[in-house]
Amino acid sequence: MLCDQCGEREATIHEVVIRNNQQMERHLCERCAQGAGVSGGPQPPIHEMLSQYVIAKSGRPSSSRPELSCDTCGLEYGEFKKTGLLGCPTCYDSFGERLGPLVEQAHEGGLHHVGKLPKRALEQTRQRGGSAATELVGDIEERAKRRAILQEQLTRAVEAEQFERAARLRDEIRQLGRIDEDDGGGGGGGQR
Amino acid sequence: MRDGPGRDPTREEREGGTPEGSPRLSGFERGTEWLRGVGNASDVVLSSRARLARNLAGFPFVCRASRADREQVLEICRDQLVRADLGERTLWVDLRRVSVLERQLLAERHLISKPHAAGKQSTGQGGPDEPRGVAISLPAERLSVMVNEEDHLRIQAVRSGLDLRGAYDEAEHADNEIERGIDYAFSPRFGYLTACPTNVGTGARFSVMLHLPALRMIGEIEKVKHAADDMGLAVRGYYGEGSDTTGDFFQISNQTTLGKSEGVLMHEMEHEIVPRVVEYERHARGVLLGKRRSSTEDEVHRALGTLRSARLIETDEAMQLLGRVRLGVVLGLIGGGEAGEINHLMLLSHPAHLQRTLGREISQADRRLERATLLRSRLSSFG
Repeated sequence: MLCDQCGEREATIHEVVIRNNQQMERHLCERCAQGAGVSGGPQPPIHEMLSQYVIAKSGRPSSSRPELSCDTCGLEYGEFKKTGLLGCPTCYDSFGERLGPLVEQAHEGGLHHVGKLPKRALEQTRQRGGSAATELVGDIEERAKRRAILQEQLTRAVEAEQFERAARLRDEIRQLGRIDEDDGGGGGGGQR
Repeated sequence: MRDGPGRDPTREEREGGTPEGSPRLSGFERGTEWLRGVGNASDVVLSSRARLARNLAGFPFVCRASRADREQVLEICRDQLVRADLGERTLWVDLRRVSVLERQLLAERHLISKPHAAGKQSTGQGGPDEPRGVAISLPAERLSVMVNEEDHLRIQAVRSGLDLRGAYDEAEHADNEIERGIDYAFSPRFGYLTACPTNVGTGARFSVMLHLPALRMIGEIEKVKHAADDMGLAVRGYYGEGSDTTGDFFQISNQTTLGKSEGVLMHEMEHEIVPRVVEYERHARGVLLGKRRSSTEDEVHRALGTLRSARLIETDEAMQLLGRVRLGVVLGLIGGGEAGEINHLMLLSHPAHLQRTLGREISQADRRLERATLLRSRLSSFG
C-alpha cells in the first residue's frame, strides 16, 4: 500500500482514529508520518509535534495557499510556523481555518472549549442586556456541538465505571443547560 | 483568607529599583511550600502545581507586543494584583529592578521560570530590561503570578504532596480576583486564548513533581516515561520545561487543555494517573527492601557518606546524592532526620540560595567548596 500523503513510498504506519463513532484511517510512510506528528515510537513533546505538523501542512505549494496574515496584529502565518506563537487574540479568527486541525491534533481531538467561563464578562454582558451565552459560549449551534462532545465523554465514563468523572461531566452538561435557559432557550443564537 | 468585604489585609508591595540599589527580598531563608515534605503520598510526590494561562483582551500577546504595550500590560496587571486578595500578604517584584541573584533565587524556588528570570521570551528575544514582574503570596509562597512571561498572566499555585485540588482552588480563586479588574481574551470555540495554541482552552496545566529513585534503580523508569507519553502527558525534569530527566525527579503534566474541563483534567491526573505511578514506585521500593536490601542500604549510605565527606561538590551531584539519601530516609534505612530536611537542603544547595545563606556573593569555584561545607555540617545528625 502506498502512502496516502505522498503517494510514492510504501505506507508503513497505519493510524486508526475513532471519533464520534466514525472510524478514520490514515496510511503513511515513515517520512510523512513523522512530518504529520504520527509515529510508531514514543511521541515527541507536544510543541515539537505541533511544529512538525505545522511545517508538514505548510509544505504544500504556496500558489494554492496564499500567505495569510492577521488583520489586527499583522502576524503572517509563516511566522507562526517558525515560532509556534500567535500574535494576538484575533489571530485565532484570522488563521481559524488552518489553525483548527492543528489545535485538534495538539489536543487529542479537542475541538471546543469545555470548562470555566470568565465570570466578569458574563456579568457585564448580562448588565448590558445582551446575551451572555451567545457572546461567551457561542450560539445555539456551537453550544449543541459542545453538549454532544460532553454527552459522548459521559457515555464513555459510565461504560468505564468512572463514576466520579461521570458526575463532573453531568455537572458541565447541566451548566450548559442553565446557560441555555438564561439565554431564553438559546434565542440569542446567531446574532454575533 | 477568602473572607468577605470589610477585611483589610496587610499587603506588602515592593517595586525595587530605589536609587540606593535593589532591595533585598526578605523571608526567603525558610523552606518553601512545595518542599515541606508533607501531605498525601509525600513519600513519592514532592508537590502538586496548578497553572492558569491568561491574556488581556485588546492587547497583542507578549511576543508581538510593542514595548509600550508590554509596559501598559505590566502596569494594569500590577495594579490589579496588588489590589486583589491573593493571600495574607502580596509581594510585588518588578524583575527589572532586582539583582540577578535575587531573580535566580525566585527561579530556584520555582516562583518564576528561568526564562522569566532572564527576561528571555520563548522566541529568544529580550533581556534583563524586559518589562515583567511577579506577585507572590506571603508568607507561604503558595501562589505566584508572573506578568509578561509567554502569556500576559501565568497564575500558579502549589501544594506539598499530592493535592491538585487544593492547588487548583487557590489558582482559581486568584483568577477570579484578578478578573474583577481585567477583561480576559476569550473565545467561545477556543476558550481562554493563549500565545501558544498548545495552552488554549482552559489554559490549565496540572503537574506533579515525583521522586522516583527506586524505579530508576530497578531499571523500570523508561517504562514509566513511555507510558506517560502514550497517555499524552509531558515528562520533564526537576527544572521543568527543557530540563533533562536524568536525575530521580520528574514532573508529569497534562498536555491537553482544550475539550476537557479543568475538573476532568485534574481528576485524571490526581485520581487516575499519579496514583498508578505512586504505586509503581512503592512497589519498586518494596523490591529494593526485599531482594535487594543490602545493595540498597549500601547505595543510600554511600550517597550519605560522600555528602558527609566531600570537600568540593557541584549542584547536580549534590541533588543526585541528596535524592538517594532522601530515599534512604523514606525507607527507614537512614535515621537522624526527616525527608523535609533533605528537601530543604536540595534548595539550599542551589547557587543563589547558597550565596543567600552565606550572606555574600562568591565565585563558582568557591561555591563548590561552600556547598560541600554546608552539606557536611547539616547532615551530621543523619546516619
